[in-house]
Amino acid sequence: MEPVPSREIADMKGPAALPRKNGELVFDEAWQGRIFGMTVAMSHEACFEWREFQAQLIAEIAHAEREGESTTYYERWLHAFERLLADKGLIDVGALADRTRDFESGRRDDVF
Amino acid sequence: MSGTHDDHEHGHQHGHHHREPESALSLRVRALESLLVEKKLVASEAVDRIVSAYEEDIGPHNGAKVVARAWVDPAYRQRLIADGTAAIEELGFGGVDLQVVENTPGVHNLVVCTLCSCYPHALIGLPPVWYKSFEYRSRAVREPRVVLREFGVDLPQSTEIRIWDSSAELRYLVLPERPAGTERLSEAELAKLVTRDAMIGVALVQPPAAAAR
Repeated sequence: MEPVPSREIADMKGPAALPRKNGELVFDEAWQGRIFGMTVAMSHEACFEWREFQAQLIAEIAHAEREGESTTYYERWLHAFERLLADKGLIDVGALADRTRDFESGRRDDVF
Repeated sequence: MSGTHDDHEHGHQHGHHHREPESALSLRVRALESLLVEKKLVASEAVDRIVSAYEEDIGPHNGAKVVARAWVDPAYRQRLIADGTAAIEELGFGGVDLQVVENTPGVHNLVVCTLCSCYPHALIGLPPVWYKSFEYRSRAVREPRVVLREFGVDLPQSTEIRIWDSSAELRYLVLPERPAGTERLSEAELAKLVTRDAMIGVALVQPPAAAAR
């Protein structure tokens, strides 16, 4: 069954609002869709409440703007997501760094 | 809905060999997905389905607001029927030349685009896959009554069915009939009853009890 988009997510307002073009969600690169989908999937599985992620995202955006960072919306989203996962104890920051190196070096090429 | 529009790439690059060096961010996201999948916190197929569902969505809520306003405000309904483009601009929606066609007890309207998939995106989101199918595009004109029945809309023989063929210049939106028993609902509550399919004309708006089922 197709998941039904949540209005709480799809219609976020203010700085957290999802980037759209002609009303359509815009994922400039595939990884942006993946990170979006993972975040939504985990909120469906009740790993966290959507508003918790949204608060983290808003904080991340505010921080990036204060610092004058030129990061994109979904980079900020990624940072917010990683921080939330770490805060919840759902992911180990060291393990993520190791895994990222595995992908960078080509030791791993598949997510499975 | 990969493959239905070609201008951007969708999701999923697993096990894919990249010709160009993959960006650091992309690698980081794959590493993250790989960890979350391993911990069974995320299933890659669920992520795929979510991404496509949201890519198709802007939801019919803009169109639904237009319909609900027309139901509660007869003067707005008149303006909407007379000049759809101007009337939706009143509510802050635009960018489309729109004609609104009104369902009445004796007339049912059905929208199709026989040439391609013209559709009032700004009001009801991206078209569903079937709207773009050759089957719908041809059969909606040839045998609308049968097509409607397949969608679960069984109209009396006495009801006239009008087909509206969208084009790049002019898009159509069906103003469905307000269901009985909704007299006490607010405009916002009414808007929640209005579905995309009802605004294409392949569904009727159901009263709240039926909609909740």
